[in-house]
Amino acid sequence: MTVLFLLIVVAVLAGAAFVLCRQRVMASVQGDPKLLHSLPMYYGWNGTIMVLLPALGGLVLWLLIQPMVIEGRIAAALPPDMMAAGGSMDLVMSDVRRVAGGLDVAVSTGAMTAQQAATISTESANIRDTLAAVGVALGADVSPAVLSAAQDYRVMTAWGMMGRTILTVLLALGGLIYAVMITNRDFRARNRVEAAVKGLLIAASSIAVLTTVGIVYSMLTETLNFFAQYPFQGFFFSLTWSPNFRGDSELGILPLIWGTLYITLISMLVSVPIGLYAAIYLAEYASKSVRAWVKPLIEVIAGIPTVVFGLFALVTVGPMLRDYFAEPLGWGDSGSSVMTAGLVIGILNIPFISSLSDDIINSVPQSLRDGSLGLGATRSETIRQVVLPAALPGIVGACLMAASRAIGETMIVVMGAGAAAKLSLNPFEAMTTMTVKIVGQLTGDTDFAAPETLVAFALGMTLFVITLALNIVALLIVRKYREQYD
Amino acid sequence: MTDATSGGLSAAAQPKSSLLQPSRLMKKRNAAETRFKAYGIAAIVLSLATLGFMLVTIFSDGVSSFFQAKLSFPVELTARTLDPKGNRDRADMVKITTLGYNKVLAVAFEKELAARGIAIEGQSAKDVVEMISKDAAGSLRATVLANPSLVGSTLDATVLATGRIDGYLKGRVTMQTAERDSNVTPAQLQLADKLREAGMLTSSFNWGFLTMPDASDQRPEAAGLGVAILGSAYMMLLVLVTCVPVGVAASIYLEEFAPKNFWTDAIEVNISNLAAVPSIVFGILGLAIFINFAGMPNSSTLVGALVLSLMTLPTIIIATRSAIKAVPPSIRDAALGIGASKMQSVFHHVLPLAMPGILTGTILGLASALGETAPLLLIGMVAFVDNYPAAPMEGFLDPATALPVQVYGWAQRADPAFIERSSGAIIVLLVFLVAMNVLAILLRRRFERRW
Repeated sequence: MTVLFLLIVVAVLAGAAFVLCRQRVMASVQGDPKLLHSLPMYYGWNGTIMVLLPALGGLVLWLLIQPMVIEGRIAAALPPDMMAAGGSMDLVMSDVRRVAGGLDVAVSTGAMTAQQAATISTESANIRDTLAAVGVALGADVSPAVLSAAQDYRVMTAWGMMGRTILTVLLALGGLIYAVMITNRDFRARNRVEAAVKGLLIAASSIAVLTTVGIVYSMLTETLNFFAQYPFQGFFFSLTWSPNFRGDSELGILPLIWGTLYITLISMLVSVPIGLYAAIYLAEYASKSVRAWVKPLIEVIAGIPTVVFGLFALVTVGPMLRDYFAEPLGWGDSGSSVMTAGLVIGILNIPFISSLSDDIINSVPQSLRDGSLGLGATRSETIRQVVLPAALPGIVGACLMAASRAIGETMIVVMGAGAAAKLSLNPFEAMTTMTVKIVGQLTGDTDFAAPETLVAFALGMTLFVITLALNIVALLIVRKYREQYD
Repeated sequence: MTDATSGGLSAAAQPKSSLLQPSRLMKKRNAAETRFKAYGIAAIVLSLATLGFMLVTIFSDGVSSFFQAKLSFPVELTARTLDPKGNRDRADMVKITTLGYNKVLAVAFEKELAARGIAIEGQSAKDVVEMISKDAAGSLRATVLANPSLVGSTLDATVLATGRIDGYLKGRVTMQTAERDSNVTPAQLQLADKLREAGMLTSSFNWGFLTMPDASDQRPEAAGLGVAILGSAYMMLLVLVTCVPVGVAASIYLEEFAPKNFWTDAIEVNISNLAAVPSIVFGILGLAIFINFAGMPNSSTLVGALVLSLMTLPTIIIATRSAIKAVPPSIRDAALGIGASKMQSVFHHVLPLAMPGILTGTILGLASALGETAPLLLIGMVAFVDNYPAAPMEGFLDPATALPVQVYGWAQRADPAFIERSSGAIIVLLVFLVAMNVLAILLRRRFERRW
């Protein structure tokens, strides 16, 4: 029975449980729901939950455990010299799986009977040709050990499928019978159902934590793998980044960090003044109607996908900077440059800084402004000498968040900054960032055993730690500031 | 007393000034005020002008991708070439590759040119035939194989012209660039002019751009967004069914039930941190967990959707929580007061009232997921895919690509015709995004409730 069919069976049983439990409890009070502890519907839902919970839980567990058990037993049965002769465990196992899958196809298309598939041997037939005839391509000839392992695999999988079906149906039936048995007029069905729903809600809210755990776990294990193959000092302190597949790659992170920080700096030089002045104007000077139009318009920038900014950098900004600044000034002839990426990220961050600062400026108490204006200060003096100092911690927090976004930005730098890892001060030269290299090392054909690929995880981990630290600092600053006025 | 006299003395010592006559200091201060205000206006004008400039350049680059140069001429589907056995049997005709159809097209094209009296000056017949897209033979073959009885008849075919001819009609390719271009000659462009006068070469709306799959480097004229739009649609559907229930459930718990304890705090901190994690980190997560560990297929929409879901989850949770928070406590108190359980008050009263806010937040979250590119690159969606994914369920495991990834993919190609396509893809993407945002705004306007 396939999993889908099994799910349908469980769903049908769950539906039956709803009807049965509801009928039974209504019968117990001769159709007068006022005598029940809960509304009749709750008794039905209780039945449904009692069917679904154990059955689905059992099924999921079985699906997780079965491959591990089967592969463990197959691996134990394989002759030990296979590992030594032909590569790693994973390769042999994937061979076994492919042959077993091929036999399945052969049986289902009728090229082989089930009997043949179970007993066929490498002496009597050429497995590779037989399977090729039904459309399963194998890389190499099938060794006898792999074939017999594949046959064992098929047998065990068949048993596993049977066991899975029996277990799931039994659990569902058991749940159904139990639910019907405990259903009576005094049974507190609503409490039971609500507890189950609450459990579901808690599980949903834990997914956020699981995601973080997943991120940290996946990056940490691969990063450790990387450092097992590549020295720690070479990664953090080397000044060259030149991966190659001859085995003498130099994977120093410093040029990438330099590129990242340089681009971030330029982007901040663009976004902080523009964003801040825009926020000040909107919060302090603009009339209500101007504000109602301009604020959403600026926020449109934030809604545009970054790949659009990337294309803008690649097609428009890059060539423009090259033709009007870099080449006439003799600073380089590259379309993609630190300046290009920095400018465009700066534009991207304007709405971020302006709307955060706008909120912060608005939350400065009016009494401070009134006091300053009452002493005869002009509006700009009030803003510069009273409002901004009061809002400063919040604005610094917003800037740090913007910096963390600029550091983690990917598409704009991939399309606008270039791919050469360099330590240079010239902003019109192409440089590269951590995110560009993560994309570069992880797209295309990748070998997850090579340090050249694994380094991407170490870069990702570094990126994660940096952005997280910046955000936490920003959050702390903003929080501290809030306490002053609330 | 002494203060007053000393004040009076110093006032008398100062030069006379009047409120009506601004002093030099006051003038300076007022000028500073004006400047300060001007900086603010300049900042706003600058950012809006940049936004406008960006959109204008992209639209002016991209609009032309919705139009495509096509050649129309009658094609005689000669039975001798296309069905050598003469039995009109599809199984036999499949053996004829596009090479055979190329020959048929070439013969028909030259014949039509001769019939119309259009002279081929100083060009080989090969050059002339190369004005037809390399995609034409394939599509003609598909037409014929779908309907074998066409063989022997004459078909009024409309086929794509090559990207360079298309670019000439759009002004991207000129005589000057053609001289330096190995893919097109000025003579071909002159011939294109004559064909246009004769009405054989026309530019018409390019439906293929929205429906056809991606095409190889040599055939920019045949590249379309079909697979990308389908892939994006699949992912949005999956994000909707995985992310929204989880996000809403999590928000309900955190807002209505969660006790103040360590676990709740951990969840809260986590959610706000996840919202700030760079999107590419989610791509690494997807690659490591979903593809390498769980063994899900590379570049499938399922993996893409899972990654985007995890990324969108914080957005949806934050929006939902503020929508739930906006429902006044009096509603809950009233429900509890007439005997509802806590769960009933939430599901029967609070949630329906918070629904418009949740919907708005969901649409905005989906819009940001639709535009996300970086994590999808890492799970292999940038690969060249020219097969449509199958219908849902199995189709979720098929390789596909997404709109923003297609934008990136085309921008990486060498032929400038792909930059036009890339901008065109952005227009399509922005149309979807604008539609979603307008929907969100309308929902908010329609259902917004002031308590």
